[in-house]
Amino acid sequence: MKITHRVLLASLLGLSLAASAAVLKTDAAKSSVSATFKQMNVPVESKFKKHAIVIDYNAAAPDASKATVEIETASLDLGEAEMNKEVAKKEWFNSAQFPKATFVSSSIKSAGPGKLTVTGKLTIKGKTTDVSFPLTVKAEGGKQVFDGALPIKRLAYNIGEGEWKDTSMVADDVTIKFHVVAAP
Amino acid sequence: MQRYTKTAMLLHWLMAILIIAAFFLGLTMVDIKGFSPTKLRYYSWHKWLGMTVLALAVLRALWRLRHAPPPAPAGMPRWQHQASELMHYALYALIFAVPLSGYLYTTAANVPVVYLGLLPIPPLFEGTPELKAVFKPIHYWLTMGMAAAVVAHAGAALKHHFIDRDDILKRMLP
Repeated sequence: MKITHRVLLASLLGLSLAASAAVLKTDAAKSSVSATFKQMNVPVESKFKKHAIVIDYNAAAPDASKATVEIETASLDLGEAEMNKEVAKKEWFNSAQFPKATFVSSSIKSAGPGKLTVTGKLTIKGKTTDVSFPLTVKAEGGKQVFDGALPIKRLAYNIGEGEWKDTSMVADDVTIKFHVVAAP
Repeated sequence: MQRYTKTAMLLHWLMAILIIAAFFLGLTMVDIKGFSPTKLRYYSWHKWLGMTVLALAVLRALWRLRHAPPPAPAGMPRWQHQASELMHYALYALIFAVPLSGYLYTTAANVPVVYLGLLPIPPLFEGTPELKAVFKPIHYWLTMGMAAAVVAHAGAALKHHFIDRDDILKRMLP
């Protein structure tokens, strides 16, 4: 092939790759969604065992990226069966009525090298709010590793009603941490 | 009659109260069904009591190293003296072992202690469900061992006081 043709072909390929975002395959086993919070001032980090994360990401054009995270509210693992059963009840997640909590991104913008700002809608226990949080992304061995922390106030979603409204027992501030390993 | 020092008496009775409180709180808290703020409070208080006992145990041991207790009353049979030595050493070991095992258990459960809700006690390692399953029975059985020792210890003191009518118990009373 003539050199000019090769260059043209290469640049066309390059352009088409750059223009489209690609849906990555999330490695569920290596990814995690966890809630960190304080109970009686003791810091605790608990994972949601069941999650579905879909990331549509293009490193060259992050603005075209999309992300959705869905977790099963009854899958929060607090380390004790009794506590896990409690957190699925009406006063907490009310998993019977609201089995899933979701985040759907509306925009992802670059905030510097390896940094993104993700904005979107967070829905927990039937309440939807607009949220924005930082996410770091780095390429590791052919995979993309995303790490983000989304601070929320649990009372805004009625998580912990009745006697659990007491924030000296469980603090209002909860940080949802995302660690996602995904490959093209 | 030679008595124990005032410091020894204070530490003895103070720790007795804290240990008994922690014990009954421990028994009560694990029996609470479900999960409530009360249960959470009891667990925290139980751990704070344990940490306090551990700190006092250090002071107690240091004091004991520098201040020998009153000598055994004249005429006490040798076996009885030896039995009491053994019991007291066991109790000294337990006032360290029981709260330490509790600390290891809670660390293994990834629930670090924040003493009085203010002072975080650093966890020495990352907990796992396997480690948690190891330390739980250790803490439980050491606690039961201590309970048995305390009953024997108190029983012996009362026996000396009411049956032998000697000064053994009086020496520990201000």
